Amino acid sequence: MNIFDRMMSLDRRWVFLILALVCVITYVWPFSIPIRTTHEVESIYNYVDTLKENDIIFLGIDYDPNALAELHPMAYAIAEHAFRKKLRIIFVTLSQNGPGMADQAIRDLTDSLRQDKVYNGVEYKGRDLVNGVDYVFLGYKPYPGLVILGMGQNFRIPFPTDYYGTPLDSLPLMKGVLNYDQVKCVIDLAAGNVADMWVVYGAGRYNVPLALGMTGVMGADYYPYLNSGQVFGLMGGLLGAAQYEKLSDNSGPAIDGMRIQLYAHIIIILFILMGNIGFLMSRREKRV
Amino acid sequence: MKRQLPLVLVFVFGIFMIIQYFVPHESSEWIYEFFLDWIYIIGIFALALGIWSLIRVSYDKIKYRRPNWQYAVITLAGLFFMIWYGFDYGRHFFSAEGLRNYMFVSFFEYILIPIQATMFSLLAFFIASAAYRAFRARSALATLLLLAALIIMLRFNPYLGSVGNYMEEMAIWLLNVPNLAAKRAIIIGVGLGIVATSLKVILGIERAYLGRD
Repeated sequence: MNIFDRMMSLDRRWVFLILALVCVITYVWPFSIPIRTTHEVESIYNYVDTLKENDIIFLGIDYDPNALAELHPMAYAIAEHAFRKKLRIIFVTLSQNGPGMADQAIRDLTDSLRQDKVYNGVEYKGRDLVNGVDYVFLGYKPYPGLVILGMGQNFRIPFPTDYYGTPLDSLPLMKGVLNYDQVKCVIDLAAGNVADMWVVYGAGRYNVPLALGMTGVMGADYYPYLNSGQVFGLMGGLLGAAQYEKLSDNSGPAIDGMRIQLYAHIIIILFILMGNIGFLMSRREKRV
Repeated sequence: MKRQLPLVLVFVFGIFMIIQYFVPHESSEWIYEFFLDWIYIIGIFALALGIWSLIRVSYDKIKYRRPNWQYAVITLAGLFFMIWYGFDYGRHFFSAEGLRNYMFVSFFEYILIPIQATMFSLLAFFIASAAYRAFRARSALATLLLLAALIIMLRFNPYLGSVGNYMEEMAIWLLNVPNLAAKRAIIIGVGLGIVATSLKVILGIERAYLGRD
């Protein structure tokens, strides 16, 4: 076996080892990489940023822990941006392990919001987030399509009480809030086909302004909806979350994780190039 | 009767749900809500059936010491612990107190989240290995696929300088033109397929869901 054959048939354990080493080194060695923002993420940020105090946004936490690395930073960045702007948020999850994810995010955000922070040169005083006043967490219900349709008529149809068992009518935030008409936009963070249901039922039937955050591999599937205007913004994977963090001047786990992802991608590209050089050269040798 | 009744039910409810979708009247919405409750009730029975099935399969596996029976013990322990803590040690069956139970939250945050996140993270290693083996310029089409993948992966690489800008423009074109055209064709095709299949089910032409008996 010559060098070119070796280049194209490297034992996969070497690939695993080198990739693991690169991930560990870039994780341990903190350095920053520049993040460039794209129009599809900027449009979500600008939409949220231009809303007025006390406006309500709807945040769908439609992912399980397996998509945590990519979608949790999005939830944190958007919710922190909204809360700092004194917007109010309705959290809902249509994913079976989503309640734990949303509950964890709300608890962490409550801690974070207590601190004074400066974002984009504006100082925001710390405050206590109050359940039922600043946010409502409706919880989880199965059959996402039906729940989205039900909420379009009245939030109380699928969710008579919130996640903690409090009737919706006794929550100050929900007074006068019947359905999507009282919500400025829906931002759905999804790791599955719930995003399709939001496009079809949420945006399609009820014309609610919709933006989507999704895992990196799903991103390309949703460009048709962006171009047709059915969604006003798209955030794909860790990169989308990092862009939102950059726009909101709130560096967090996404920007931190981007250096690891970038170098992992470089290593994968180098492996692909190496395999192809080996393949082309060995084919050339055989022809000769 | 055994076959006709389901066909009639599917026809009546299917037609009703189509009409209901276009009628924003109060009575129509009330009936829709009523049916929505029915779907949840049926779903709860399916859930109960699923839990019973899981217990039975796991129990048999342990009883007859089938291969990897130890995992069934963990499955059953996880199921019962989460139910036990979820109901706050059996103290709150009809309220949401258990959702804040320390053990319930801890099990989710310190066991389920790391397990699922780790499993998904392992994919990166398999994708790296698969990309190394699969992305080969064996033909013109394979070369196109390889180039498209490289452009998409390199589009946000900050070390490429001005080349990176070209990469980004090319990536945007790839996503917005060829990708968009292909995806739209697929989406429209799938949509028409769903309509056709639904109509076949409603009209009783497609009867596979009834089974063979």
